[in-house]
Amino acid sequence: MAIEVKNIVKRFGSFAALDNVDLKVADGELLALLGPSGSGKTTLLRIIAGLDWPDSGEVAIDGENALSRGASERQVGFVFQHYALFRHMTVFENVAFGLRVQPRAIRKDEATIRARVKNLLDLVQLDWLANRYPSQLSGGQRQRIALARALAIEPRILLLDEPFGALDAKVRKELRQWLRSLHNEIHVTSIFVTHDQEEALEVANRVVVMDKGKIEQIGSPGEVYDNPATAFVHGFIGESIVLPVDVAGDAVRLDGRPLNIPALGAASGAAKLFVRRHDMAVGPAGTGALEGAIRHVRSFGPIQRAEVALAGSEGRTVIEIDAPRDRELQAGEIVSLQPRRYRIFAAQE
Amino acid sequence: MSMQTGLATSTTQLRTYAPATDVSVAAPAPRLEIARAEPVTAHRNPRTEPGPIRFIIIALAIAFLSVFVVLPLVVVFASAFSKGVVAYFAALAEPEALAAIKLTLLVAAISVTLNLVFGVVAAWAISKFEFAGKTFLITLIDLPFSVSPVISGLVFVLLFGAQGYFGSWLQAHNVHILFAVPGIALATIFVTFPFVARALIPLMQEQGTQEEEAAISLGASGLQTFFRVTLPNIKWGLLYGVLLCNARAMGEFGAVSVVSGHIRGETNTMPLLVEILYNEYQFVASFAIASLLAMLALITLVAKTILERRLDEAEVPDGD
Repeated sequence: MAIEVKNIVKRFGSFAALDNVDLKVADGELLALLGPSGSGKTTLLRIIAGLDWPDSGEVAIDGENALSRGASERQVGFVFQHYALFRHMTVFENVAFGLRVQPRAIRKDEATIRARVKNLLDLVQLDWLANRYPSQLSGGQRQRIALARALAIEPRILLLDEPFGALDAKVRKELRQWLRSLHNEIHVTSIFVTHDQEEALEVANRVVVMDKGKIEQIGSPGEVYDNPATAFVHGFIGESIVLPVDVAGDAVRLDGRPLNIPALGAASGAAKLFVRRHDMAVGPAGTGALEGAIRHVRSFGPIQRAEVALAGSEGRTVIEIDAPRDRELQAGEIVSLQPRRYRIFAAQE
Repeated sequence: MSMQTGLATSTTQLRTYAPATDVSVAAPAPRLEIARAEPVTAHRNPRTEPGPIRFIIIALAIAFLSVFVVLPLVVVFASAFSKGVVAYFAALAEPEALAAIKLTLLVAAISVTLNLVFGVVAAWAISKFEFAGKTFLITLIDLPFSVSPVISGLVFVLLFGAQGYFGSWLQAHNVHILFAVPGIALATIFVTFPFVARALIPLMQEQGTQEEEAAISLGASGLQTFFRVTLPNIKWGLLYGVLLCNARAMGEFGAVSVVSGHIRGETNTMPLLVEILYNEYQFVASFAIASLLAMLALITLVAKTILERRLDEAEVPDGD
């Protein structure tokens, strides 16, 4: 089912959690809401679910106004960061809950409920845990049960609030791939909230980057990574080198020295130069836009990460670059750096 | 090739570190010996006191408990049975005693039931919602604990007594509150109000609202959420509060004494009757009733211990 959010405003006291947010989610999409804590992503999710109410704006699920209905009537599956499993019920009863509380007129008979719960437990590959209690499960198992429970009501949309936030790194990675393949299987429109960019880029079809109650950019994982729309997105997604520069016409200067790179249409004045660590080409001294002395090199896997103290800054500006290991860099070496890809954004304030 | 150079640099680094560590080990050696000298003189577990002190503290605690708790309890039962078992049961079978027992049970039933409902509602409001005046409400709940029971009783006399605010109206409509069951029940409800709410608030605050939110998002109505999710989660805490509330409701003296009017066979609860009989030198009868209250206390104590164990189990955090 498609979801449409229009002009949502939500304030907590004087703090604007959501500031005029618009969002369209297509049917069957797997969308990530990505942002730092306090960016409003969870509030937006809770408003769509009906667990919070906006001060103004509209929410439509499948074309019909969702705000006129309470959370219990929206048929929205919600998965909480801390699972929120019913601690006094077995896994089986947790999953069956949504079916058992249906109005008598549409409630299914016991055999149908049992069969459906069994199917869902099979789907999350935890049928052998049916008679355990939540406290006897690991974090990853709990979250999968929480997902099965949310799917039991045949939700029109599935909302996941930091679903892997409380899990350790290894389980997180497994569950990510698992969620991805589960979505391919059941195709329910899903939105998940995360502050972990890697998670968002790896799992979602589309990523919505949020900051301070506003949407900064919406795009495919490739788009938000390769073509960040704002300085915030560039800084938040992927590791970036940020240098304060001055733009005058098409010339870019760092500490008063010209960098010999085009300004790419950035407005004149104070600006910030953003370069990905791996987009900084290392060459022999005197051949690039920047020059500096390597202070320290760490090599791991396919890359070597070098700390470079830029020349002309009295060694105060130190940047970290990732270089391929075709030529080993040495501490103390003077190198030149040339940004292969970069973006220049006007400095805020 | 490149890997080898990498290895070479790391070994040279190791070598340069080696002499440095040697020096650092050699230098503090004398200091180590000084430090070792101390534990020899006082070689004991630092987490406990020496034997004699331990003995004195434990003996003091036991002596205190014996004199102030166990001894009175023994005296109650000894006095109750001082004229034999027959006299004991005869005293309990007196119409006045039976009336007092019945009244006490009735008042306890009324006040515990009402406080159960009020307590759950108050705890629910405080732990699950944010609203202005919440802190004030929490303070207000504790008021009956901080006010002397006699004053709690007097409040109702001021409200419903003949000279009270509603006195003339009540008299005109022939409604009896003071010196009757309603007054005793009201005073008891007031005095015992905090027990259920106090037992539930921390428990419900700790459990948060997520399970309720989950239930609602799964389509449960408010009532279904309460009976299927909230209530099972708080049942042990609720029982705990009810238990303490009941013990206090049956044992309340001060507030009830003020509003009861001491009408024999009608408005005397068990604690009031104990005092009256004692003042009339009917020691066996007095202590027989008192022994019932003492037994209630013992049962409450055992039940409380069991419930506390259950509560600990219920609160076991479902660690991530």
